[in-house]
Amino acid sequence: MDHAEAFEKFKTCTVEVLQVSPEQVTMSARFSDDLDADSLDLVELVMALEEAFDISVDESELEGVETIEQAFVLVQAKLG
Amino acid sequence: MELLQGKKILVTGVLTDDSLAYSVAKLAMENGASIMLTGAGRGLSLTRRTARRLGGDVEVAELDVTEQEQAAEVAKLVTSKWGSLDGILHAIGFAPQECLGNGMLQAGWDEVSIALNVSAYSLKSLVEPFIPLMEKAGGGSVVGLDFDATVAWPSYDWMGVAKAALESLSRYLARELGPKGIRVNMVAAGPIRTMAAKSIPGFADFKAVWDSRSPLGWDDRDPLPVAKACIALFSDLFPMTTGEILHVDGGVHAVGA
Ligand SMILES: NC(=O)c1ccc[n+]([C@@H]2O[C@H](COP(=O)([O-])OP(=O)(O)OC[C@H]3O[C@@H](n4cnc5c(N)ncnc54)[C@H](O)[C@@H]3O)[C@@H](O)[C@H]2O)c1
Repeated sequence: MDHAEAFEKFKTCTVEVLQVSPEQVTMSARFSDDLDADSLDLVELVMALEEAFDISVDESELEGVETIEQAFVLVQAKLG
Repeated sequence: MELLQGKKILVTGVLTDDSLAYSVAKLAMENGASIMLTGAGRGLSLTRRTARRLGGDVEVAELDVTEQEQAAEVAKLVTSKWGSLDGILHAIGFAPQECLGNGMLQAGWDEVSIALNVSAYSLKSLVEPFIPLMEKAGGGSVVGLDFDATVAWPSYDWMGVAKAALESLSRYLARELGPKGIRVNMVAAGPIRTMAAKSIPGFADFKAVWDSRSPLGWDDRDPLPVAKACIALFSDLFPMTTGEILHVDGGVHAVGA
């Protein structure tokens, strides 16, 4: 899966779980301020990403993840 | 040994796979039970997602305990699906932020009443519509998750008061429903890392208490001991036990320091 393909998939999950528009899912968007996501939303998003990419993300890895870019980098690193 | 072969159990409180109720649901299925989950409000979609991780096409129904008609709807669903019910897990707790970690004086009745409604009164509102279904099964077992409410903990504040009410209510329900063959028991668990636990500002203090005091030791990432106790109470191994609080806390409740 190339970068663009992976980001499309990432975006689809984010749009579905956070119920935002695709245009809002930009690299610099912040989960809490820009996407109005709370801790429940984020837990659900992580679960959706785990399913979609067949990866597993430990709670400790999520510390300090505040933007779409940070989350996407985390996912990409798992894809190898 | 399949302790729950043929039993039908309604499991509330599965939010993530860290939820205590998730471990109970999983172990119940492994022990031969059929289960149905319930989820509430904003968490419902998360419950549905988590249910898929249990496998076996587990049904998820909407049940917010503050909406009485929702429990009645779920009872109708259970009636048409199973015709009777053997057990209910109450794994429901919530308190507004003002009620946790601010001492007892800050929260007003508006907040406190929510904590008491969702965390204590809910045992009654949850169980009530299912009484006829448990009678049809020839009796039933209601198990609730509790945090030892005999003493005052740091930060737990109004949630502790709610748990004390829950403990008391479980005894009154045990008295009232005993003649129908319905047992009502609590499992008082030590601290386990879940979504609910993370919302308690003093959770780290609990962990420190357990680390220093538990005769058996304590792993706050291992919900299995709690789940096992729930399975035992749903099984036929405790036929003459009701109104009981079973401590799964490594023994902390029994020692002074
Ligand atoms: N985690 C611990 O350390 C611990 C220790 C002792 C007891 N408990 C108790 O275990 C139970 C389950 O909590 P958990 O720790 O697994 O956390 P959790 O966050 O996974 O579960 C709490 C559950 O309560 C449900 N809930 C909240 N408001 C509701 C409402 N209005 N209607 C229906 N359901 C509602 C949520 O959907 C969620 O599933 C709670 O009663 C909690 O007090 C937890």
